[in-house]
Amino acid sequence: MSLRSPLGRVLGAGSAKDGTGHWWAQRVSAVALIPLTLWFFWSLLLLPALDYTTVHTWLSVPLSAFLAVLLVAVTAYHSYLGTNVVVEDYVHAHAAKLFLMLLLRFLYVLCGGAGIFAILRIALSP
Amino acid sequence: MSARTRPLSPHLGVYRWQIGNTLSILHRITGVALGVGLLALSFWLVSLAGGEESYRTTARLFASPIGLVCLFGWTFSFLYHLFNGIRHLCWDVGLGFERTARHASGWFAVLAALCATLATWALLWQGGRL
Repeated sequence: MSLRSPLGRVLGAGSAKDGTGHWWAQRVSAVALIPLTLWFFWSLLLLPALDYTTVHTWLSVPLSAFLAVLLVAVTAYHSYLGTNVVVEDYVHAHAAKLFLMLLLRFLYVLCGGAGIFAILRIALSP
Repeated sequence: MSARTRPLSPHLGVYRWQIGNTLSILHRITGVALGVGLLALSFWLVSLAGGEESYRTTARLFASPIGLVCLFGWTFSFLYHLFNGIRHLCWDVGLGFERTARHASGWFAVLAALCATLATWALLWQGGRL
């Protein structure tokens, strides 16, 4: 038996139980992505060519690799939060919703992990 | 269970399409598109780490007609999501809620994204990097 009052149990818990944490994470990652994505976008645009040697040399620079790792990590996190809301909003069958949300979680860790590992391989290879 | 038969979102049919909800839905669509774009970005990075041969294969894939259409879509999706995202962040701190400001910033986000997309591709085209 819980000793918490009925009011205490529902305070701060909407239908999704934890709205504000998700909301904040979405905004903070969004703010972080403004400089990160703009840096990536500009860097690619300013490269003289997009062939293997040019891109590889650019990404071997420690600062580029560091920012690229942050970009992939924060993008994966932000995108995971966003697509999760899309699934919550539009998929109503409980089993399908749970399955899709778990699938998204695995996919984002896989995709983000692969991207980050690739950058590290490029940056740390002799 | 009667709860199952309640009307659930999205009830798109009951709304008149106007700039507010159109841009909101576009924000979601571009967001999902960018999620797929992250998959492509990781694929590109992995092929870059894999050496010259695998990078060239991937670059050829992106340079195909379907690849170029996707890249163009991702360019617009990124720029629109960026501009409209900044618009959302302004609302979050309480700025620009008035009807005129809302509409003006909405049109600005769309037009700025379109112009920046075209400028980006013009720059790529001019540099001969396509």
